Amino acid sequence: MLKVSASPHITGNMSTQKIMLLVIIALLPSLITGIVMFGAKALILSVACIAGCVVTEALCRIIMKREQTVSDLSAALTGTILAMNLSPDLPVWQALIGCFVAIAIVKQLFGGLGQNFANPAIVARIVLMLSFTSNMTTWSATRFMTDSDAVTGATPLISGDASYIDLLIGNTKGCIGEVCSLGLIIGGVFLIVTRIISPAAPLAFIGIFAALEFIAGNDPIYQVLSGGLLLCAFFMATDYVTTPITTKGKFIFGLGCGIITFVIREYGGYPEGASFAILLMNIVTPYIDNFTAPKIIGAVKHEKEAE
Amino acid sequence: MLKLSCIHIPHNKNTEKCTITDISLPKTVKIPMSMNMGAPCNPLVKVGDEVAVGQKIGDTDAFLSVPVHSGVSGKVIAITDYKLANGNVCKAVEIECDGLQTKDSSLTPPVITDRDSFVKAVRESGLVGLGGAGFPTHIKLNPKSEVDCLVVNGAECEPYITADDRVMIEYTDDVVEGLSAVAKNLGIEKIIIGIESNKPDAIKALTEKTVSDKRFEIKPLPSAYPQGGEKVLIYNCTGRLIKEGQLPSDEGVIVMNVSTAAQLNHYLKTGMPLVSKILTVDGDTVKKKGNFRVPVGTAVSHILNYCECETDKINKLIMGGPMMGMTAYDIDQPVVKTNNAILAMNKISSDKQSACIRCGRCLRACPFNLMPTEIEKAYNRRDVESLKKLKVTLCMNCGCCTYVCPSKRKLAEINQLAKMIIPRN
Repeated sequence: MLKVSASPHITGNMSTQKIMLLVIIALLPSLITGIVMFGAKALILSVACIAGCVVTEALCRIIMKREQTVSDLSAALTGTILAMNLSPDLPVWQALIGCFVAIAIVKQLFGGLGQNFANPAIVARIVLMLSFTSNMTTWSATRFMTDSDAVTGATPLISGDASYIDLLIGNTKGCIGEVCSLGLIIGGVFLIVTRIISPAAPLAFIGIFAALEFIAGNDPIYQVLSGGLLLCAFFMATDYVTTPITTKGKFIFGLGCGIITFVIREYGGYPEGASFAILLMNIVTPYIDNFTAPKIIGAVKHEKEAE
Repeated sequence: MLKLSCIHIPHNKNTEKCTITDISLPKTVKIPMSMNMGAPCNPLVKVGDEVAVGQKIGDTDAFLSVPVHSGVSGKVIAITDYKLANGNVCKAVEIECDGLQTKDSSLTPPVITDRDSFVKAVRESGLVGLGGAGFPTHIKLNPKSEVDCLVVNGAECEPYITADDRVMIEYTDDVVEGLSAVAKNLGIEKIIIGIESNKPDAIKALTEKTVSDKRFEIKPLPSAYPQGGEKVLIYNCTGRLIKEGQLPSDEGVIVMNVSTAAQLNHYLKTGMPLVSKILTVDGDTVKKKGNFRVPVGTAVSHILNYCECETDKINKLIMGGPMMGMTAYDIDQPVVKTNNAILAMNKISSDKQSACIRCGRCLRACPFNLMPTEIEKAYNRRDVESLKKLKVTLCMNCGCCTYVCPSKRKLAEINQLAKMIIPRN
């Protein structure tokens, strides 16, 4: 029996699953460093987040009687990113609420992969932040800190006393996946080199943010390396689904994120603004898409359309 | 300067060293009266008639049409209905070959005195664009507007196919002389032959042959798909952009395929019209891959048997390249004028579709900057106004969007469906 179909008859070897897997791999340097720094509790929390997201997705698909989509790894990726956004001291049951928010409410209620307008991990982080503020803002010291540091306390973003080296290798207080800036940079560059993400959004995000911090008289390098900025810039401002589709749009998205993050960090009540910035820019993404549509080559404007 | 996007796909030019050879004559041929764009012909022969090689067996008065000739000598055994790929039905003449291949004695080289007699002769040659689209050559070579540049398509950007490559290497003289004839009769001063750089032998052969002729320019092009798409080729060779609703001749350009030029010269020299086709036969079920010359109307199954193909293992039989070729549903389907390859595939991609993740790869792959993912959404809600704004009619169905889609969505196919729901004005 000959199979009949429309052309083309060959397809490239990139798949959704492969893209998700590559992003998870890119997250590993930072995540593993975080786990090394904070120990078993960070490992348990990470595994719980990934499992929580995957199970929530599977259950949602079963309840909705839809095709099972766990194998596309997008839920596992959301779980990984969510874990990296959490304080190592957060109780597991609270993290699981985050998983439910991310997958069931933000993603599946809107129609599943590709249909959600906001980044699931970001919304989950914000929900946890507002619901369990004290747990989300309590930071234990890393295992390599000296005795005098070995108490819970402020992140370097507030204390402002960490060295560049500590910020790069992750020997600071903070969320599991945010402390190791070097790991995040390695992961981001890996994704850019493998052409999984476009450099437009992260460069615009970090660039404008650093410039504004410099103008405001702060140390731009310290500001970029501390807090959740790099994780947000490389891994959440580049989420395909919730950010603009064109390169021009991605650049504008990055600029918007950078400016909002700066405003919140500098003038807002929260020490950390990157996640709010991305959520706000997620909301305007359809508008950015609208006015950055690429110019069609060879198109002629008809008089009727011009009216 | 704009840059038209293109994608890199595996070339799989397995047959690039295979010289063009004849294959054994089939017992019968079945020649459809509609093989190209335009009106179908009416059969000029009836059952029982003896026909010779090169004899005209079908013609019509319709404007957009070319006559059909027999590629074999023998006896007409049947005139049947034949279903075309687009669903239309036309007549087909079945001829039993006598194996002698007697040439029609009335065939003589045409006498060309002016442009009119040239265009008339081209029609009598039965020529259509051999690149695949099959536009009648005599209409293309009689443009209403002034033309100053002949762009020649030797890109052959489809994977697997090497037929044009072999024609450029083995029939270099015919290609050059055929183009010279066109240039002379249409008063064209500039001939640019665009060839993908993965065909160094063809580039070398044509460069050597045209080195003393100022009119010719051999332009090596990056080996990227769809380099041979008409608008892409024109832009990359001349920098001229063919806009929506325009014909190439509106920008002073005519595009011609190298094989069409070679075939034209063969006719001008001998009077023998287009009765056979040079095909690349490839695919993972074919043992004897290569380039073969076969009479038009030969059954694909005959060719595949000759090429020692394991026909029971074929899952997909592609007439043409893997990016734009059509699949055949019948292995006994006849070869027509516009075929340039037969790919008998066992391994085929059968990836399951998943949801669009808005990665934007289709936008970046489209040579014309169309937005296939948005077109798909507009088509799904049957939104004609949006489809018009998205300019889906500019899609040339090159297939880049489907090829790059990680969710394996059938974007190119949707584009064609979307074109259908836009009312023509």
